[in-house]
Amino acid sequence: MDIKEIVKEENLVYKKSMVLTDKEMHYCPGCTHGVVHKLIAEVIDEMGIQEKTIGVAPVGCAVFAYDYLHIDWQEAAHGRAPAVATGVKRLLPDKMVFSYQGDGDLAAIGTAETIHACNRGENIVMVFINNGIYGMTGGQMAPTTLKGMKASTCPFGREPQQDGNPLKITELLAQLPGTSYVTRHSCHTAAAVRKTKKALRKAFENQQQKKGTSLVEVVSTCSSGWKMTPAKANDWMVENMFPFYPLGDLKDE
Amino acid sequence: MKELKLMKGNEAIAEAAIRCGTDGYFGYPITPQSEIMETLMAQQPWNTTGMVVLQAESEVASINMVYGGAGCGKKVMTSSSSPGVSLMQEGLSYMAGCELPCVVVNVVRGGPGLGTIQPAQSDYFQSVKGGGHGDYKLITLAPASVQEMADFVELAFELAFKYRNPALILSDGVIGQMMEKVELQPQQPRMTEEELIEKYGSWATTGKTADRERNIITSVELASEEMEAFNYKLQAKYKAVEENEVRYENYMCDDAEYLLVAYGSSARICQKSVEIAREKGIKAGLLRPITLFPFPTKPIQDIAKHVKGILSVEMSAGQMVEDVKLAVNGSVSVEHFGRFGGIIPSPDEVVKALESNFIEG
Ligand SMILES: Cc1ncc(C[n+]2csc(CCOP(=O)(O)OP(=O)(O)O)c2C)c(N)n1
Repeated sequence: MDIKEIVKEENLVYKKSMVLTDKEMHYCPGCTHGVVHKLIAEVIDEMGIQEKTIGVAPVGCAVFAYDYLHIDWQEAAHGRAPAVATGVKRLLPDKMVFSYQGDGDLAAIGTAETIHACNRGENIVMVFINNGIYGMTGGQMAPTTLKGMKASTCPFGREPQQDGNPLKITELLAQLPGTSYVTRHSCHTAAAVRKTKKALRKAFENQQQKKGTSLVEVVSTCSSGWKMTPAKANDWMVENMFPFYPLGDLKDE
Repeated sequence: MKELKLMKGNEAIAEAAIRCGTDGYFGYPITPQSEIMETLMAQQPWNTTGMVVLQAESEVASINMVYGGAGCGKKVMTSSSSPGVSLMQEGLSYMAGCELPCVVVNVVRGGPGLGTIQPAQSDYFQSVKGGGHGDYKLITLAPASVQEMADFVELAFELAFKYRNPALILSDGVIGQMMEKVELQPQQPRMTEEELIEKYGSWATTGKTADRERNIITSVELASEEMEAFNYKLQAKYKAVEENEVRYENYMCDDAEYLLVAYGSSARICQKSVEIAREKGIKAGLLRPITLFPFPTKPIQDIAKHVKGILSVEMSAGQMVEDVKLAVNGSVSVEHFGRFGGIIPSPDEVVKALESNFIEG
């Protein structure tokens, strides 16, 4: 059969969201960032909030997130996205505001801003990509690097006496009265991707309902930083990351 | 309606901020400027003008909240004192890099470190030479009275928006804490989004509507050629600021043989010193820079032509004196007199320093 006979409007089962730009993503093969970008774009699209949404990008691999979603963006300093998002939402309370951060950004350099934005219950969505490593700077240890896991600044594996312990920041944030929805997902299978999208949608709907802070963590792979093939990285994540960072809702009020 | 009130410099900042239609204030307490946020919180302007006031968890957070609000095209400000302003330097560098307008008030105290809560002027370098990383400047205004504390809030916003750059009100513990009579402007309404766009253009993140391209607030540029081109653009902007925005005041300079250069509370002291010197038969004059960046280089050069010596008087170990020297470029002798660490010099001390440097021996 000729390709032209297949590519027809009535055969359409899926198309790229209009909220995604045509810019080719700079992410490595197997990286979770691109998938989550796509999900956020679809949620914005389906909710019809493109003209109202302002994204706050981090410093980290997602520093250029603004190249990929067709909305207004602010690019924050490393770790400061929750403070920047606070400023945006407080000044423009009718807009939809989300921050997007890696683990170093959200749980190391920006821990104070993260905890206090959540504790104030800023009415924003926080998207947290936890790949257990510093992707952008070349694979250094992150606050969420697992015990024994290798990184360029713990080349023999994270050893708590020397390097401290991995931080379950999401569990901590779920304790705070300002958070209304705290949930952990991943994107390693089609079913997991669908669940992550549902969670993101719920988080944005919470913001419409002025429920306070919604935080969606996505346990992610970093095949370059982990030095594995994308397929191997997925398996490694299931085996090693999920036991320490179990998937599911931590809080839903 | 204009209103005459007796108030502290810090309170005047807060009152003026509400009255000139500021959209938001984010801050963290520190002496000697805590009255600014206290006054705002007591006024509850969110009930009247709709102004947002929020106590942040740190100065790092407050400057980044300012960044977020400023990126939305709003008139947003913060205030702090020296150690807190040090914490804001990364944010200010980002704001200069993103070309975001905002107003920052520094009610300076003595340092380094935690230092003292007493007044000082030892943050001059940090204020006018950039402060954070990268080649940038803050438009810096130096109030010398409670009236100027009030008036400079609106002026700082005007300049910040005109040039899309952070503006700093560099005050000190004397001006912040002392009480003076001040005439407050009548309440202005906050600008609407449409008015802001009309006046300053539509660069802010207010939600991408179908009728315009996306607005992106960012300072990252990995291509060196692009980054250099952007830096040239910034430098051209600072040159325009230097050409158009110099503000200063002369006091008895016409026939002066000796010139004092002082800003802020030091200028108030030096005014008295000029009078004492003149009573003694020494023809002294005072040039008070009102803008520290842009620095009144040309006016100082002009006066330098007819004076025998210039004394830079600062509550620091000698910072502004370097800019005075650069201005006159060796054409006349320039010396520094300062007390620091929280000590305020007396007018007599200044006269003595003038005599010992230029007249005796
Ligand atoms: C103040 C500051 N310190 C350090 C850096 C360098 N830096 C950039 S990204 C990053 C860590 C990124 O890791 P993460 O937040 O986990 O995101 P990922 O790249 O893995 O997505 C660091 C340390 C910086 N840009 N700014």
